[in-house]
Amino acid sequence: MSVTRAAVPILQVVLVVVAGPLLIGVIRKVRARLEGRVGAPIHQPLRDLRKLLTKERLLPEHASWVFALAPAVLVSSAVATAALVPLVSTVSPFAHVSDLVTITALLLLGTVALALGALDPGTAFGGMGSSREMTIAALTEPTLLLSIAAISILAGTTNLPAVVASTLHRPEAVISIGYLLAIVALAIATLAESARLPVDNPNTHLELTMVHEAMVLEYAGPDLALVESGSSIRLAIFLGLLANLLVPWGIATTPSVARLALGTLAFVGKISLLAILLGVFEVFTAKIRLFRVPELLALSLVLSFLAVIIAVVHR
Amino acid sequence: MTRATYAELLNLLAGIALVAAVLTLWRRKLVAIVRLLAVQGAAVAATGLVIGIDRASVSAIVLATLAFALKAGVIPLVLLRLVRRGPDARETQPLVNVSASLVAAALLIALAFASTSAVVSLSSGPESRVIPLGFAIVLVGFFSLATRGKAPSQLVGFLLFENGVALVAVLAAAGVSVVVELGVALDVLLAVLVLQVLTARMQDKFGSLDLDQLQELHD
Repeated sequence: MSVTRAAVPILQVVLVVVAGPLLIGVIRKVRARLEGRVGAPIHQPLRDLRKLLTKERLLPEHASWVFALAPAVLVSSAVATAALVPLVSTVSPFAHVSDLVTITALLLLGTVALALGALDPGTAFGGMGSSREMTIAALTEPTLLLSIAAISILAGTTNLPAVVASTLHRPEAVISIGYLLAIVALAIATLAESARLPVDNPNTHLELTMVHEAMVLEYAGPDLALVESGSSIRLAIFLGLLANLLVPWGIATTPSVARLALGTLAFVGKISLLAILLGVFEVFTAKIRLFRVPELLALSLVLSFLAVIIAVVHR
Repeated sequence: MTRATYAELLNLLAGIALVAAVLTLWRRKLVAIVRLLAVQGAAVAATGLVIGIDRASVSAIVLATLAFALKAGVIPLVLLRLVRRGPDARETQPLVNVSASLVAAALLIALAFASTSAVVSLSSGPESRVIPLGFAIVLVGFFSLATRGKAPSQLVGFLLFENGVALVAVLAAAGVSVVVELGVALDVLLAVLVLQVLTARMQDKFGSLDLDQLQELHD
């Protein structure tokens, strides 16, 4: 029993490391098919990572240790988050430290590390990307915190596994207005944090619009592989968290092998479904102008604030 | 209808009305804003209907149905006709930018909740707990009225305000009395019709609906 319990974080980490790139592959495939193209196979991002890892490590001339360290911090913070949040199971040896504030701080650590790394070589694009990313992060982080806080207030705890378990026991809580507002705000924050449309276009290198791509422009070889892998892990975590907060059914509440297998299946199914929906959404959405991004994020912030107020009053 | 479902339903409808009010600050296209106003009107009228059904009061149900036709049907249609008349009126030009308006809305909502805590504690019924949402709509509507430059957007702000007042009235007193309710509804309809004619005249005479330009007297 305790062995399977200890295996939960390892299982979750392995799962998101593999599933993250595959999710990107699924999104690209869905987009390609809807646009009438065949598209690359779903495991193409994994192949890209393997190719990048075998390449020579190249650093820009004036880069300092910050640049070299940033990808490692990004990936390790993402992996630590994956071990903590309830993705496959609500029981884990780390369940007691899986707090809302801890998770948000870990995710923010990765964002800040990457922004600093991009700023470090002193190129124009990197600095521009960092500045834009920080503008976005300054609005998405409070949204993230507030929207999960609203759900926490309804559940009566800020411990994420306990929040998910409480939704499991009281499914009618999901259809209250506070919960739904929090989920909508969290979804907008997820799009912004994982650099998807309509906030950022992951497929373009146009200097007028790029945010995430501008930041990773100076990275090459194994460093780029780490950055790409870190971003995809974060996408998997965000989608998994969103799915488990909205429809927690299937998540393992006891650490038996059968329940964990079911939880893994449910997790893969839920994030695949979300990735397909995201792909379809992206086909029908245009990127919004950079100067209107703060408006969208301010809206999500107000919605999450509203969710907190409603949750406090109607608890 | 059990008490829990009843309370949850009131909560949901008032929440939808408030979210619609916040969204009108975010959208720029007037057509979209008028649609949001219709959604809000429908939610406010449905609140009245739910309360009427809960108290088994025929007059309240009839009034709520009338309010539904007025708030979700007639008034939005009149406004849509007005918006489609002039190309000038399609987009709003807020005096305060959108992000700042949204932050202001958040503060106003917090203010509404803080200032109505006394009212909420007056009664223990599920209706009184939703009253702060109604007050929040009143404040957001007033903010919209004060910061929009063009005549149709100000009209929308006024109607948001009125929806908020109607929501508070229906929650606080389950509809005041048939005569008063009917009178208010007719007043609002008349105000919208008069303002519509006035706006159309403005468009014909000045070629613009920007109220800030109307500062001098003409012959």
